[in-house]
Amino acid sequence: MTAEATPALVEGAAGPGSTGRAAGRAPRAGASASYLRYVAGRLGGAAVSLLAVLVTSFFLFRLIPGDPVKFMTGGRPVSAQQIAVYRKEFGLDLPLWHQFTDYCGKALTGDLGTSYQFRAPVLDKITEALPNTLLLTVTAFVLYTALGIFLGTRSAWRNGGAGDRLHTGLALTLYSIPSFWLGLLLIIVLSVGVGPVPGLFPTGGMESGGTEGFAYVLDVAHHLVLPVLTLVAVEYGQTLLVTRSALLDEMGSDYLTTARAKGLRDDLVRRRHAVPNALLPTVTLIFVNLGRTVAGVILVETVFSWPGLGGLFYQALSVPDLPLVQGLFFVFAAAVILMNTLADLLYPLLDPRVGR
Amino acid sequence: MKTHDQHGRGRSRRPGRSRLLAAVGATALVLSAGLTTPPASAAPRAATVADARAAQGTAGAQDSAGSKGSKGSKVLTVAVAQSVDSLSPFLAVRLLSTSIHRLMYEYLTNYDPKDGHVIPGLATSWQSSPDKLTWTYTIRNNSRWSDGQQATAEDAAWTFRKMMTDQGAATANGSFVANFSEVSAPSPTRLVIRLKKPQATMTALDVPIVPKHVWEKVGDFSKFNNDKSFPIVGNGPFVLTAYKPDSYVRLRANTSFWRGAPKFDELVFRYYKDQDAAVAALRKGEVSFVAGSPSLTPAQAASLKGQKNIHVNDAPGRRFYALATNPGARARNGKKFGDGDPSLLDQRVRHALFMAVDRRTVVGKVFQGHAVEGQGYVPPRFATYFWKPSAGQELRYDPAGAARLLDEAGYRRNADGKRVGKDGKPLNYRLLCHATDPNDKAVGKYLQEWWGKLGIGVTVDCLDNVTDPWLAGKYDLAFDGWSVNPDPDFVLSIHTCGALPATPKDTGATDDFICDRTYDQLYARQLAEYDPAARAKVVKQMESRLYDLGYMNVMAYPNAVEAYRTDRIRSITTMPSAAGNIYGQDGYWSWWSAVPANSGDSSGGGTPSGVIIGIVAGVVVLVGLAGFLALRRRATADDRE
Repeated sequence: MTAEATPALVEGAAGPGSTGRAAGRAPRAGASASYLRYVAGRLGGAAVSLLAVLVTSFFLFRLIPGDPVKFMTGGRPVSAQQIAVYRKEFGLDLPLWHQFTDYCGKALTGDLGTSYQFRAPVLDKITEALPNTLLLTVTAFVLYTALGIFLGTRSAWRNGGAGDRLHTGLALTLYSIPSFWLGLLLIIVLSVGVGPVPGLFPTGGMESGGTEGFAYVLDVAHHLVLPVLTLVAVEYGQTLLVTRSALLDEMGSDYLTTARAKGLRDDLVRRRHAVPNALLPTVTLIFVNLGRTVAGVILVETVFSWPGLGGLFYQALSVPDLPLVQGLFFVFAAAVILMNTLADLLYPLLDPRVGR
Repeated sequence: MKTHDQHGRGRSRRPGRSRLLAAVGATALVLSAGLTTPPASAAPRAATVADARAAQGTAGAQDSAGSKGSKGSKVLTVAVAQSVDSLSPFLAVRLLSTSIHRLMYEYLTNYDPKDGHVIPGLATSWQSSPDKLTWTYTIRNNSRWSDGQQATAEDAAWTFRKMMTDQGAATANGSFVANFSEVSAPSPTRLVIRLKKPQATMTALDVPIVPKHVWEKVGDFSKFNNDKSFPIVGNGPFVLTAYKPDSYVRLRANTSFWRGAPKFDELVFRYYKDQDAAVAALRKGEVSFVAGSPSLTPAQAASLKGQKNIHVNDAPGRRFYALATNPGARARNGKKFGDGDPSLLDQRVRHALFMAVDRRTVVGKVFQGHAVEGQGYVPPRFATYFWKPSAGQELRYDPAGAARLLDEAGYRRNADGKRVGKDGKPLNYRLLCHATDPNDKAVGKYLQEWWGKLGIGVTVDCLDNVTDPWLAGKYDLAFDGWSVNPDPDFVLSIHTCGALPATPKDTGATDDFICDRTYDQLYARQLAEYDPAARAKVVKQMESRLYDLGYMNVMAYPNAVEAYRTDRIRSITTMPSAAGNIYGQDGYWSWWSAVPANSGDSSGGGTPSGVIIGIVAGVVVLVGLAGFLALRRRATADDRE
């Protein structure tokens, strides 16, 4: 799935900006026709990927060892007749190909089946947890992307300087810290409080419960601080480093010398000339990250008891709750495919050399 | 970003920047607005809660929807990790859900917190007919559903009949009614159950009785989760008022509960998926109680011990931790399967293996003292059924004796010091271990050492999924453990021949493929014995038989290690009351009996001032960051120009 985006990444990163942007301009009519062809190709590719995911998700999880009925009835008195009823109810008594066609047919109509363990439609379970996950991951995403690009650009522009060394070092350190460990540390320091530091934030969960309206929004925001902080700390380094290295590639380019020779302020040379040309790899990364936001962040969600999709996926896998696992896998994969397709569609607009 | 903009210098600079800022800000706003709005159903839900309280005119009516706005409301917050599988008593099987059902609904009988003997619940008394096949229960007339209606024998009869006739309703508790032939309610206070054959567990029917007038409207019992409209009508000590998956379960005290109202106004189960985070929440005071699943780790207990206002309850648990031996897996139709080592069929080998296990080290080093050395099958907290081996019978830790037994059985050491069988192959056992259980791994290491000294090799197979090799009989030894109920029928039944799978392809209720005639005869006898003392005697004989067979060797009874805040909870009933656990009791004793400490409001979660401080801190950080960036940027421009 991510491989689809890689050619663009390579193209964007490797293409030296020395030709300048103006060189990329082409006659309008021809450009739009080729863009349409490009779009059609990408959309077709995405559709094929989605179908492949649909099929894979069915067979992949049937390889997990473990019988859901055995798991669910383990440890309590259940008659053989009742086990048979379970199998029939879950459709596990049917031959595999029959189960598969049932699954595909239902999936195409938007029915992802019923969760074994929760006895509720998979779609309901997903839509219940998805907003919680998105609130956490998208907030963190916006912050770490902005922070990563901002610091990455500055590091590259003054590379070798004290700021660069500090930011790159700090980013690498945080990037290599396990998120659950950092999360626990933050809980101990900022939530429980150590010494003079008071316990400012809740230890976990998304809400205290029993609040409404604006108080509810505040309450959720209060609960959001630590998990977002953890995610931002762990994730921004990636964006920083990619932005930094892409911009470093541009640094020696002639067009920047030209721009400076025109008497442009250094700040403008960076923002108007260097950064736009260096941004493609970062855009790729942004969309990859955006696709991942849906999948949730299982470790951070667990440490902060955030009721999101990551935790749901873990619970589904441990049974295995086949319909729920399949449904979640499909949604996760679809989000990544969608975002990569979106990125692909955007590249030609950002850089006319792509998609030709 | 067009080229000719480049000459726009200072003019275009600010707009460009503010556009970016505005875009980011707008995105953030849209996201937070779209995502943080409470679900549409939350408001009406809260309204119904408030309405119900107002209608009932109870003490609870004075507090607002939440713990926060109500200073006078006493809230008991409990940290939990397990997700609710279903709030329908017909579907729920997980410990958290069934414990909550105990609080929401009355059962026919309950267990005395002191020693676990059966006491009245919804039924005030019961008697069996001389032929042992008819049980008549007198239903109390002072139990009301939370919507004001009287709870009657008809509610109980309907609940049981539904489970007998509807497969969906039999999902969780169907086994309780499997032996019922007919259930009727001749009067509102009389419930009559006819059995197919005698059943001594008729006073241990752990089935929540639901209100017929509410539940008869349910269509598909296999899909109805009872989690859409609140408060949920019940007659237990608490009424469930709100539930949000993996966030919280809120219950309000039922002030008209027949046994007396709980002392706390509200009981909240809050989710802490990480046990260290839950312990941190207790330390902070966000929650008043932490149980851990299944128990706090020795490290966590040690860190909490001696802390101000925190009490660690290290109590005898209800579980046993055993070493199971594969007796040769087989099905009821006589077919053998699996690949258990044949040498284990020799009782002397099984005894020798267990005699080489130093239980004291297991308790001291692995459980770090938070366990009791294993003896009989039923843990000592169930005093009625607890049995321990006599002096002559006991398989004491005795490696030299173990070596002698192995020699006797014909498994002598070869030149390499390995024990070899008649086929000349050295003994090497596969030990099945749960990868998720650190105790299994630690004990596995010890067993490798101890049995290694005897000349027996051990391969420890730690798997995420032990169920598959286990049910297929593809193991030699395995770590095993069960939580025991006040009525031990279930843990005894899983070692009968009747529990074996019908064919090798089926799944049986059997735990370890044990099938022993003597044991089975005793099992049948205790099931038909209605005199509690006589039945206990038979159960002890069964335990003795099981011990001698050597297929189930209990190494330890792990303690239940829990902790609570004494500045929130002044007193709480443990079960057994002398020394026992609090979370996951048989009955509602702990939460029903908990007495709030005088230190005032014990609302869960951050206090409003905490919220304000937090937000102010956040804003300060953001403003500081923005200011810093702005300054930096200006400096950059000036430097270069």
